[in-house]
Amino acid sequence: MFLVLLVAPLLTGLVRKVKARLQRRRGPPLLQPYRDLRRLLHKEVVLAENASWLFRVAPYLVFTATWVAAALVPTFATGLLFSWTGDLIAIIALLATARFLLGLAALDIGTSFGGIGASRESLIASLAEPATIMIVFTIALIAGSTQLSHIAAFMASEDVGLRVSLAFALVALVIVAIAENARIPVDNPATHLELTMVHEAMVLEYSGRHLAMIEAAAWVKLVFHLSLIACIFFPFGLAQNGGGLVAYAMGAGLWLLKLAAGGVLLAMFETSIAKMRVFRVPGFLGGALMLGLLATLLLFISGSF
Amino acid sequence: MLTALLLCAVALLAVSVLAVLGYGGGRRGVAGGAVATTLVYGGCLAVSALAFVLALAALLGGVTAGLTVPLGLPWLGAHFRLDALSAAFLVLVTLGAAGASFYALGYGQHAEAPMRVLPFYPVFLAGMLLVPLADDAYAFLLCWELMSLASWALVLAEPRPEENARAGYLYIVMASFGTLALLLAFGLLAGPEGHYAFAEMRGAERTPLTSALVLTLAILGAGSKAGLVPLHVWLPLAHPAAPSHVSALMSGVMTKVAVYAFIRIVFDLVGQPEWWWSIPILTLGGSTAALGVLHALMERDLKRLLAYSTIENIGIVFIGLGLALAFEASGYRAAAALALTAALFHAFNHTLFKSALFYGAGAVLTATHGERNIERLGGLIHRMPVSSAAVLVAAMAAAALPPLNGFVSEWLAFQAILVSPDLPQWGLKFLIPTVGMLLALAAALAASCFVRAYGIAWLGRPRTAAAAEAVETDRFSSAAMLGCAALCVLFGLFPGLVIDALAPVTEGLVGARMPAQLGQAWLSIVPIADSRSSYNGVLVFLFIVASAMMAAAAIHRFASRALRRAPPWDCGFPNLSPSMQYTGTSLSQPLRRVFGPVVFRSREHVEMPLPGSVAPARIVRQRQDLVWEFLYLPIGRAVGRATEVLNHLQFLTIRRYLVFVFLSLVLLLLGLGLWS
Repeated sequence: MFLVLLVAPLLTGLVRKVKARLQRRRGPPLLQPYRDLRRLLHKEVVLAENASWLFRVAPYLVFTATWVAAALVPTFATGLLFSWTGDLIAIIALLATARFLLGLAALDIGTSFGGIGASRESLIASLAEPATIMIVFTIALIAGSTQLSHIAAFMASEDVGLRVSLAFALVALVIVAIAENARIPVDNPATHLELTMVHEAMVLEYSGRHLAMIEAAAWVKLVFHLSLIACIFFPFGLAQNGGGLVAYAMGAGLWLLKLAAGGVLLAMFETSIAKMRVFRVPGFLGGALMLGLLATLLLFISGSF
Repeated sequence: MLTALLLCAVALLAVSVLAVLGYGGGRRGVAGGAVATTLVYGGCLAVSALAFVLALAALLGGVTAGLTVPLGLPWLGAHFRLDALSAAFLVLVTLGAAGASFYALGYGQHAEAPMRVLPFYPVFLAGMLLVPLADDAYAFLLCWELMSLASWALVLAEPRPEENARAGYLYIVMASFGTLALLLAFGLLAGPEGHYAFAEMRGAERTPLTSALVLTLAILGAGSKAGLVPLHVWLPLAHPAAPSHVSALMSGVMTKVAVYAFIRIVFDLVGQPEWWWSIPILTLGGSTAALGVLHALMERDLKRLLAYSTIENIGIVFIGLGLALAFEASGYRAAAALALTAALFHAFNHTLFKSALFYGAGAVLTATHGERNIERLGGLIHRMPVSSAAVLVAAMAAAALPPLNGFVSEWLAFQAILVSPDLPQWGLKFLIPTVGMLLALAAALAASCFVRAYGIAWLGRPRTAAAAEAVETDRFSSAAMLGCAALCVLFGLFPGLVIDALAPVTEGLVGARMPAQLGQAWLSIVPIADSRSSYNGVLVFLFIVASAMMAAAAIHRFASRALRRAPPWDCGFPNLSPSMQYTGTSLSQPLRRVFGPVVFRSREHVEMPLPGSVAPARIVRQRQDLVWEFLYLPIGRAVGRATEVLNHLQFLTIRRYLVFVFLSLVLLLLGLGLWS
């Protein structure tokens, strides 16, 4: 759980670094996100005059909801101690809780920026979430469980094979992950131009420790999605329950490698593509939704797809 | 137990009579109204609380009792019966009734014309209390009409003449149509011999055609009361027109009585279902869920938005019922129990959070002197801290977010969908994933909808003077809201309580139950097996709370806790006025643009003045309810034309009338002759 927290800024730093190198810039050092976090935490909070209690509570809740969701994903070993606390659907719903609260916080100040962010985020979320649920259906139907530990164990075993539906689900999940993490081409994490902002517009009024929490939540979310993809689709090297210290260390090392690979791929993808217009996004996400639905339909028709 | 419950209903009717007598004979005027309000709602609260305890005891104790009261048809009497299903719905009805009565102790004092509400309110409660108890078609329909007519009177109670007259007219037409459908359904069930008691209907043999007709009529009759698309048109007009506590009852409880009627007929009385019965139910449920929430997203009237959200939730309940029917027809009893539990649990949850939301809307109405348009509200969280917290919890429950109760029942519905590939029928193999997608879409859109509703009405800066001067509501109202919100949290954290309490109901209807949940380690819920899926609300809640506290404590201890208030960022453009905030309409604009052209055939027309012109720029939005346009208007026109033609019959001579009488007699005799 704390490991996720420790790794998250590093991953974001890596993505930023790789992107910068690809654009022939030198880029900030890898550890810059840690420094940002420290700087933000030690600054005072500048709170808008009409902010309510909800605005001040939301960052902590957003952060912890995301964190708990990330903690329920098996990162380097199956058989988490508390994996039965919530299955994949509950994990997805936890992220929805975080988004709900962030959307409310964005509307709390009563400026147009918050509104524009919340409005676009709700558009993206209302397509990304059903798509995620359809992906969950696909995976659950293949693995016969919505419990992530069981899914990972099943995926790591021999009886999965190559399946059309899994390929669909992978593509759909990557699309959803890009949209959910506010990445290009759906949103630009580095933008400060209001016409292109979604996530940044929602958190515009946050500062100091509150902003630190929000940023950390965004980083953890990236780790969450990459871990989820890794654990479902590339589960090799996951230490089995009670596999001994060596297996755990191996699993952890592999997990870090997977994350790094995911981060590099993400940076390359982001560099090679332009941002979409907001109203192109429904088409992009609708594709994910249809892929998910198709995969589920295939599985309903025959379990062997 | 049953006798006591019937006496409760009688007591409610007595309260109503007393209200009329007491008001007529006693003091009139404001003071008299206040006393009458307190007495009526206090009486209703006491009776419904008592009935709640009785119903809960009956449900948990597994009491089954029957009683024939020598009322009604002379040689038949009225049959009443209490079993697990009716006890479960009675718990729901009486809980909603007790909450609404408690709320109305405070809220009812603001009524402009209390005597237009007070006599009908207890009758409405009594009707809803009696419907689940009725055990023959006659008693059932009588109580059903009592409920419908009393609620109709309550819809007309608020003094807003034109709007309410239209709502009331549409409501009475749809209610009569629904009752007619139910009457025909019972007629078919009773058969030519006229077995009106439910006990006799259960055992009767029927042809598949009769059963299918009964199913269709049950969907029409119960569906029109519950608000299934396309029978929903009256609901968003009628529910919000009533006073808020009655809106809460109509949305939260009366729709559930309709669900009860549907379950009673389709799961209990008709007998063994066919697999294809689930197709219309699933289709209607899925489209109701998605369309309801899309309408809610576009709505600006706070109470009408909640009514549309009710339609969505009814859709979810019917999805669960359709799945249960499909499983039962194919003999998967455990899965049927899971789906049925999901449906019933969701119905119960919806009663809780929708009541709280309507109470909150009522509090807003009182605080702002009747402002229902969310575009004219805002910033209420500063002026009404208690209500805002309760409404926030209810809104999160309605948006199906963990760790609250709305999530648990939707989670169960998803689990039921995940078992359905076992079903052998091809039609269902295609339909169920699509319905699953609609359910997921509805859940996601519901979250957007409540971000919008709460964010615009309660957050931001006040958009009008009325919103800026809002005051916190009275103690009764806030206590009722907080109570409902607390129950939302409670059943979100301990869903096993409800699931286990519903076990006798599913056992009675589909012959199986979900595994006992209260014995599970750490109070988690496990619908099928440990390895398949489990969810633990308590732990999720504890994790979130503990880590949030930890994070906050650590940051405040080791990092900065300084805080400075400053004006919000204005891009260097001074004097941001509240009217420059995002409005509800602009917030839902992207979604309207994506779904609107298909679902509402919405159009936007922008009129930009030429440069140099001082004319204002205009934007005109158009949105149509396609159901209204393509179903109701043609029917309305046809009825109009038919009446015009038939109108001539009024002005004929006596000889012609005699000819008509003679001809119809001949025709009837001819029919009789050919029939035998």
